[in-house]
Amino acid sequence: MSQKIRVVIAKPGLDGHDRGAKVIARALRDAGMEVIYTGLRQTPEQIVSAALQEDADVIGLSILSGAHMHICPRVMELLKDKGLDDVQVVIGGIIPDVDIAKLNGMGIKGIFLPGTPMQQIIDFITANVRARV
Amino acid sequence: MKSVVDGAATRKARWEREVLEPALKKSPERKGPFTTISGRPIERLYSAEDCAAIDYDREVANPGEFPYVRGIHPTGYRGKLWTMRQFAGFGTPEETNQRYKDLIAAGGTGLSVAFDLPTLMGRDPDHPLSLGEVGKCGVSIVSLKDMERLFDGIPLDDPKITTSMTINSPASMIFAMYLVVAEQHGADWKKISGTIQNDILKEFIAQKEYIFPPRQSMRLITDIFAFCAKEVPKWNTISVSGYHIREAGSTSLQELAFTLRDGLEYVQYGVDAGLDVDDFVPRLSFFFNSHSDFFEEIAKYRAARKLWAEAMKNRFGAKHPRSWQLRFHTQTAGVSLTAQQPYNNVVRTALQALAAVLGGTNSLHTNSLDEALALPTKETATIALRTQQIIAHESGVTNVVDPLGGSYFVERLTREMEEGALQYWDTIDGMGGMVEAIERGYPQKEIAEASYQFQQAVERREKTIVGVNDFVQTDEKPIEILYIDDTTADLQLQRLADLKRTRDNDRVRRTLEALKAGAEGRDNTMPLLLDCVRAYATVGEMCDALREVWGEYEEVPII
Repeated sequence: MSQKIRVVIAKPGLDGHDRGAKVIARALRDAGMEVIYTGLRQTPEQIVSAALQEDADVIGLSILSGAHMHICPRVMELLKDKGLDDVQVVIGGIIPDVDIAKLNGMGIKGIFLPGTPMQQIIDFITANVRARV
Repeated sequence: MKSVVDGAATRKARWEREVLEPALKKSPERKGPFTTISGRPIERLYSAEDCAAIDYDREVANPGEFPYVRGIHPTGYRGKLWTMRQFAGFGTPEETNQRYKDLIAAGGTGLSVAFDLPTLMGRDPDHPLSLGEVGKCGVSIVSLKDMERLFDGIPLDDPKITTSMTINSPASMIFAMYLVVAEQHGADWKKISGTIQNDILKEFIAQKEYIFPPRQSMRLITDIFAFCAKEVPKWNTISVSGYHIREAGSTSLQELAFTLRDGLEYVQYGVDAGLDVDDFVPRLSFFFNSHSDFFEEIAKYRAARKLWAEAMKNRFGAKHPRSWQLRFHTQTAGVSLTAQQPYNNVVRTALQALAAVLGGTNSLHTNSLDEALALPTKETATIALRTQQIIAHESGVTNVVDPLGGSYFVERLTREMEEGALQYWDTIDGMGGMVEAIERGYPQKEIAEASYQFQQAVERREKTIVGVNDFVQTDEKPIEILYIDDTTADLQLQRLADLKRTRDNDRVRRTLEALKAGAEGRDNTMPLLLDCVRAYATVGEMCDALREVWGEYEEVPII
C-alpha cells in the first residue's frame, strides 16, 4: 500500500487571511493526503523546520500580501541548506504575472492563482511529488 | 385582515392549479438548485400570504420610524446621498496622500485609510516579520511623522470630508496620531468627525489581525468609548464589521448574526465599564459586505436595522432614537472578484453596489476591477468611483425611499434573515457571550464550514462563477497592474533610523513606561497613548509596551 502524501500548509508573513489556506488544507485531506496546517505568521525558518519535523513531501504556502518575493527565496534557500531539495514547494495566492517566471526559476513550479479548481492542485501535487523511499 | 389572507392563499392555490401546473407540464423548470449564494432555498413565487404574518406598522414601519426596516432617514437618498468613500492606501504616506487628493478631485466625498500589514499588526518596518510587507497592502505608518505626511494639505477640520481608518489592534495608537495631527491643523476635537474600525472581535473571528488577548483588547476599546464620549464626541468610535466575516467565507446570515452579536458585546462591555448606553451607542456604526446575491444582501441590510433597533431598545433600554438607528458602510465583495476576465468585475461590483444602495447604505466603497490581482491603479479606482456616481445620478433609484419595501419576496426574506440571526444569538448567548463563543472557536468553525461548502459547490459547478468554472476564456491578455516595489520599505527603514537618532529618546522611554503602568492598572489608556505619540514613539514601540504587560494572543487554528 502506498504511503500518504504529507503536506505542510503554511501562512508566512503578517497576513491573517486564511480562508484559502484552510479550504485547500481540507480539500487535500479529503483527497487522502496527510495535512499539517502550521497556523498563521510563520517565518521561513519555522516553515522549513515544520517540514523537516513532519517529514513533509510538499510545502504549500498561502501568500496574498505581496511578500512572496521575499519569503519564497528564503524558504528555498533553507530547504537546500537542510538537504530537503526534493520537497516540492507550491504557492497559492495573489502573484503578479511578472513574478511567476522568477518563482519558477527558483524551483517553484506549482503556482496557483485565485479561481484555481481544487482538483487541479490535487492533480499537480500527486503528479509531481517526490518518490518516497 | 384574515379574509384578505385567505383570499390571497386561495388566489395562489388557484394560480398553482390552473396556471403553473399546465405550464410546468409543457416546459419544466431548470434543474436548479434555486438557492441564494449562501445556500438558502428560494421559492418560485412570493405573494401576499408569505407576508401575512408581518405587521407593517409595528414590524416594518415607514422610513425614519422604529424599527427602521425601511431606513433611518425619512427622505432616504432624496435628502443626502450616501458617502462615496473609497478605501485606499499603499506605499509611502506621500504616495497615499496623492491618491487621496486625486480621489477628492474626482468627486469622492470621504477618505478611507488602508494601512500596511506591519502597521495593522503593530510592528515597525525593522521587525523580522515585516520582511517584504512594508507599504504592500496599504500605507506604512510608523510614527506621528508619517501621519503628518499622510494628511498634508487635507483639511481635517472640514466637515465635508471625513476620514475612516481601517485599524483594529493598534486603533488607539493610530487614532491618537490622528488627533494630534488634527490639533496641528487647528481643528477642534469637539467638532471633528470620522471613524476608526476598532473592531477586534471580527479579527479573532475572521481576519486574524489580533495582537493582545480578547479581554485586554476589549479594554482598549472601552477606553476609547469613554475617552471619546468626553473629548471627541462626534467621532465614530467603532465600525462593527461583517465585511471580513463574509470574506472569510461566512454566509450572508452568519455575517448578519455574528456582526450584530459583536455589536451587542461591545455595548455590554461599555455598560459593564460604567458607561450610559445613550452616551456611546449613537457613535457605533457598522460595516457590511455586499456580495453577489442581490436580494439576499438587500434583506440582510433591512433586517440588520430592525435587529439593532429592537436590541438597543429592549435589551439595553436605550432611550435615544440615535442609539436605535443602525448606520452602516458597505464594501462590495472583494472575494467575488475573479482574476480571470477581470473586466467582468466592473459588472459584479455595479450589481453589488446597487444592492447596497437599495438596502439603504449610508456609505459605500466599490472595488476596482483589478483587485483579484493587485491593489488598484488610479484608473481602475476611478472606474470604481464612477460606478457609484452612475448609480447615484443616472439610474433613478435614489428618487424614492426604499423602493423594494413591500415586495413580497424582499419583506419575507428580511423576516427570515431576522429570525435566523436571532437563533444564532440564542446559541451565542447560551455560551455566555461572543468573547466566550470566540474562545470556544464557535463562529470560526461555522465560517470554516460554510466556506468549504461553498468551495465544494463551486467545484461541483452547482454555483457558477462566470469565467472561472463556466464561460472560460483561454486567450486572455494580461492587464496592467500596480506593482509595489521595495523602495517604500527602504525609505521607511531609513526614516525609522533617523527618527530614533533625532527624537528625545528619554521622553519616549518615560511615556512608554507610563503607558505600561497605566495598562497594568485601570487608567484610561488614551491620554497615555497621546503622550507617547507626541513624543514620536512608534506604533511598534507602543504595541510592544502593551505586549509586555498583556502578552499576545495565539489562536488554535480550526480547519
